[in-house]
Amino acid sequence: MDTLSTAFGMVMQPYVLLVMLASACYGLFVGAIPGLTATMATALLVPVTFFMAPIPAVAAIVTATAMAIFAGDIPSALLRMPGTPASAAYTDEAYLLTRQGRAETALGAGLVFSVLGGIFGVLVLSLAAPALAEVALNFSSFEYFWLVMLGFTCAIFIAGKDPLKGIVSLLIGLLISVVGLENPAAAPRYTFGYPDLMGGISLIPLMIGMFAISEILRFAAVVVKPERVSEEPFGNVFAGMWAVVKKYPLSLLRGSSLGVLVGALPGAGADIAAWMAYAMSKRLSKEPEKFGTGHVEGIVEASSANNAALGGAWIPALVFGIPGDSITAIAIGVLYMKGMNPGPTLFVNHPQNIYAVFIVFMLAQFLMLPLGWAAIKVAKRILRIPANVLMPLILLFCIVGSFAINNSSFDIVVMLIAGVLGFCMERWGFPVAPTILGVVLGSMLEQHFFSSLIKADGNFLAFFERPIAGVLGAVCIVIWLWPLGRMLLKRRAALPSL
Amino acid sequence: MQRSDRWVGFGLAALGLAVLWTARAFPPVPGQKLGSAFLPMIIGAGLLACALALIARSFRAGAYASARDAAARPREHFGSAAVIVGAVLAYIFLAERIGFLFIAPACLLVTLLALRVRSGVALMWAIGGTLLVHLAFYKLLRVPLPWGPLTPFY
Repeated sequence: MDTLSTAFGMVMQPYVLLVMLASACYGLFVGAIPGLTATMATALLVPVTFFMAPIPAVAAIVTATAMAIFAGDIPSALLRMPGTPASAAYTDEAYLLTRQGRAETALGAGLVFSVLGGIFGVLVLSLAAPALAEVALNFSSFEYFWLVMLGFTCAIFIAGKDPLKGIVSLLIGLLISVVGLENPAAAPRYTFGYPDLMGGISLIPLMIGMFAISEILRFAAVVVKPERVSEEPFGNVFAGMWAVVKKYPLSLLRGSSLGVLVGALPGAGADIAAWMAYAMSKRLSKEPEKFGTGHVEGIVEASSANNAALGGAWIPALVFGIPGDSITAIAIGVLYMKGMNPGPTLFVNHPQNIYAVFIVFMLAQFLMLPLGWAAIKVAKRILRIPANVLMPLILLFCIVGSFAINNSSFDIVVMLIAGVLGFCMERWGFPVAPTILGVVLGSMLEQHFFSSLIKADGNFLAFFERPIAGVLGAVCIVIWLWPLGRMLLKRRAALPSL
Repeated sequence: MQRSDRWVGFGLAALGLAVLWTARAFPPVPGQKLGSAFLPMIIGAGLLACALALIARSFRAGAYASARDAAARPREHFGSAAVIVGAVLAYIFLAERIGFLFIAPACLLVTLLALRVRSGVALMWAIGGTLLVHLAFYKLLRVPLPWGPLTPFY
């Protein structure tokens, strides 16, 4: 109880609340502009959070991302352009509602169910993370090794469309992670004599490059015809929402649960959660024929899912230091920067910090209701801001932000190379999420692999001897062999029976 | 399958070979068979294997995928993207010499014009944007920006 009141005291500071308010406005703005993603919002926030204490820094990220994921729904409904990829799944549905003169239903459902899904995600996070941390306290390097492998496996085989390209992306991430002195023999690897590379590639400039610079390059390279904002007037966004909540409680619960689960899987975030929830909603609906004609049920389920996924992604991030999505990959970097190293010991040694994160998460959901309503009110004005003016300003912000982390021009070079790499990867169909996972977890993988190998005296079977490690290892191997097994089964089925 | 897969595959194969080649020089952990070369070796071998699989797949898919892929892509012009990369490179090489207050508006102006913003509006945003970033990072966050010839005044 003492811990909880300490945590409340840490959050209920005027400075923290002000940071949350400013981050909320920033998140709503970035999320509402098509082409600027929630991950980009997080990456751009990091240079600013660098100068804050740990709790306001985390509060800024949590609030901005929750708001950005909701705000992505606004241009979906008014422009037929998702503000963030997380809203893409139900953009057509929301726009059709607007065309039918029911924009308030589309926007209201987006807002209300984002809040409800977000609250569900926070509740699961606050219950599951401490319980998991208690189990994780008994984990050794064997379990951590397999957890990292399971993270990679999920990102490639479950979250990705093309496993081959997913593996390449992961290997590129691992290659970036091996740069520097941090390795078993403390030998300089791929440093090419540059002192700047001895400590490895700086994570934050890399993320800014991968998620912000690549988006700017994409915006510049692809000619998109500017859309006209729908001029349909709309009424009170909360009107009729209680009836929608009463009509679709199962969709809310299903979407939120799926969102948390997908969010917790490394490599899969809010966007994949929304696509899966929309597809599930259509399949299990009593009125599947109404989907695609301006029906609110899919929006209910998918917008609950994408906001619930945010909370879910923090479960493996806080307990194991394994990011559940790209946003938490950046957040983990911030946690390390602030000395709040994620892992089960954080729950034992500094539980007040963990509770403060949960409180911040919950507060952000409650803030979303009034601020989201205000954002919808001024949406038409926000959407008229030309993106070709914003992008160069964001570019300058990225340059100075990357420099500010270590006051080093070398970090701007890292940012630029990462930006071009991210741009090329997207163009050539390689997913970026496994690369980020490889960069964040590469040194953890190597460290736990070597610790385990030394403990086992070179015996690889020891990796399966502890019960949890054995189960995790077996799950990984089954997922790796699954495509091969499926192919053999298909071939057998295709053979003419004798 | 994308038509770029084939030559991306060749590039990845070259990268894989280079990683394998350079990894041989990394030392082992004292008293262990494996060492700093182990993970780079796995990465190099993995890249090479995936590259060969990509190349093989691209040959199997043939011309149909290429035509479909070309039709699916929206119109692109890389000139603007190249200007953005050039602006960042100019900042990296010139910021220390000519200072933030000169290089930042120049970079902004060039990128705004490359993104088809009208010249008057672009000039206004170039100056306004520089002052905004100066205020946020120098005045509020105390980041020591490069000042070039204006250093004595800061």
